[in-house]
Amino acid sequence: MTLRGTTIPHAAGFVAGDGPRIVTAHFDDPEAHVLSRYEELGGYEGLRRALDSSPGEVHSIIREATVLGRGGAGFPAGVKWGFCPEGVWPRYLVVNGDESEPGTYKDRLLMELDPHQLIEGALIACYAVGLSQCFLYVRGEMALAQERIANALNEAYAAGYVGRNIMGTDFSVDVVLHWGAGAYVVGEETALIESLEGKRGMPRLKPPYFPAAIGLYGQPTIVNNVETLSNMPWIMNNGAEAYRAIGTESSPGTRMVAVSGHVKRPGVYEIVNGSTTFRDLIYGEDMCGGIREDRELKAFVPGGGSAPWFLPEQLDIPFEGRQASAAGSMLGSGAVIVMDETTDIPRAALSLTHFYAHESCGKCTPCREGGTWLERIMTRIVDGVGTERDLEMLLEVGRNICPGDFPHAADSSRGLEAVPFPYRMNTICFVGPSAYAPVNSALTLFPEEFEARVRRDEGVVVPSPGRESRV
Amino acid sequence: MTDHFTPANLDLAHEIIDRYPVKRSAMIPLLHLAQEQDGWVTEDAMRQIAELVGVTPAEVLGTCSFYEMFKRRPVGRFLINICGTLSCQLMGAGELIHHAERKLGITSGDTTPDGLFTLAVAECQAACTEAPCLQVNYRHRYRVTPEDFDILVDELRSEADRGEGPDPGNPDAGGVPRHGVLSLSRQHIPAERAAGPSSPTSDQGPPAWMPPPDAEEQK
Repeated sequence: MTLRGTTIPHAAGFVAGDGPRIVTAHFDDPEAHVLSRYEELGGYEGLRRALDSSPGEVHSIIREATVLGRGGAGFPAGVKWGFCPEGVWPRYLVVNGDESEPGTYKDRLLMELDPHQLIEGALIACYAVGLSQCFLYVRGEMALAQERIANALNEAYAAGYVGRNIMGTDFSVDVVLHWGAGAYVVGEETALIESLEGKRGMPRLKPPYFPAAIGLYGQPTIVNNVETLSNMPWIMNNGAEAYRAIGTESSPGTRMVAVSGHVKRPGVYEIVNGSTTFRDLIYGEDMCGGIREDRELKAFVPGGGSAPWFLPEQLDIPFEGRQASAAGSMLGSGAVIVMDETTDIPRAALSLTHFYAHESCGKCTPCREGGTWLERIMTRIVDGVGTERDLEMLLEVGRNICPGDFPHAADSSRGLEAVPFPYRMNTICFVGPSAYAPVNSALTLFPEEFEARVRRDEGVVVPSPGRESRV
Repeated sequence: MTDHFTPANLDLAHEIIDRYPVKRSAMIPLLHLAQEQDGWVTEDAMRQIAELVGVTPAEVLGTCSFYEMFKRRPVGRFLINICGTLSCQLMGAGELIHHAERKLGITSGDTTPDGLFTLAVAECQAACTEAPCLQVNYRHRYRVTPEDFDILVDELRSEADRGEGPDPGNPDAGGVPRHGVLSLSRQHIPAERAAGPSSPTSDQGPPAWMPPPDAEEQK
């Protein structure tokens, strides 16, 4: 099947490894997004099994499997489902397909290549928790994902998998496809709900910390990430124990990780959770195969643009939340951005800071003003017109967004110890701290590159080829 | 006031509104519909959307202006968004943007005088391993070299010359749909299959398949 307006081969970007495949199991099949093919591959069998059990039993299986949320926070989905207050109806499900964290892409592939798996996962959640309407919020810029999900839903309705009296039972739920319109902050779950209510996508003041208490239209609402829900059919078919047999005790199953930047084989990989290390991923022959042209690794972003950076000495840390936090960063949304020895560190940090400053919704002053100032100061440093005072000012602005020590990795070559994640914050959501994270990492781990810039060392300031100095 | 939406789109607008428990939730989908019809979001469209969902035009503008994709003045038939975020930057997005500006003879943010191309530097497009990437009307192109960019522009130009492309009613026609057209497929919920929207004020107790709380506790 060719797609209008694209020239991209099937599943481009995905790299199949030798390990277990749960959510990407159908990615080799170019027709898996079509219902008849999905059924041949065992599709909607997980939903059938769920409907043969009570909602409470399904919830128990998911809770037991310990599916950690794949959107960034890593909170167990089964536990989150249990936060709905008793006796308050109706409850809603909002599927978060607004993937836009720099470096991250896995949800887009899941939506494009296996939309029925996602729909099936969403229905299992609705059944287990008693969610009577589902909104599938897809990022606005993903035309192909919208197309594939629209087609899949139309087929699934016709076949009786979605809508009234699903598979002849008294389980009835509509799944409504909804597109965003371009705003990174809407990936934050309370902003997503605001956006779904037809408003500007600004995060809500917390508490309540979970929209399970007060969410869409003030009702209990579960917000789950696309990858999280895509795991549900497999778990219903294979059981919680089989799921927990993969990965580690604290981080079971698999997870999808996109590795981009200066590696030989960039791609989206499904890796074993908990035990796979960054070294396996970046240097493994079956994975990225090392740094391009066998150069030296300088630094890498371990968990999407918001995450503090790691150095080569953190390569042996596995994809396990507590170890990543202790080392000064987070696993976030499953996105590793690799920078080799040729990378201009201040310019790389500016690129990310620009992103978060640009995407600030403006609700919290430290983010709105601070992000703008961070970008402004970083721009003049990169352009070679910054001063010593600017370096201090970056730290001051950062402290106004995140008071106290900001997390960073250890650098044993200069006797620097790690400051563990998370940070404290003066903002409602993570956009403000995310504007500061790359600045803090770059300045803490590579101070000499900033000092050379403000001293105007010869040859340090390289004019940018693009019109904007950030690119 | 006369309708801004065409009769077919007005039907579609009502179909969309009816899916939501609260009309206002249809605002973003209707703004997309307006942009699909006109290529951008006009004042008239916002006024009619306000009427349709029961809010003021100012509230529609408030929502509309928050989101990057809604253009409140005309843009080219092809909006070319080149990703400038870190993964793409590391792989040469700067050079690509510089080249694109020279090829099209405009700076990013502008539209060519013939109204065909608007060029923009965009944020992460979720194709980070295929850097540098771009989107034409939100359809990806991967690992784009300056030569690829020239070929792309020439192809789009000749497509426009031949009058092909922008027809959501005919998904088999070749080419890139014009700006404003996103998904070429739409969800339609058949009336006989619809569970119906779940109103937040209905207070009907747990849904039919949920056992009463007592029964669940006994398990």
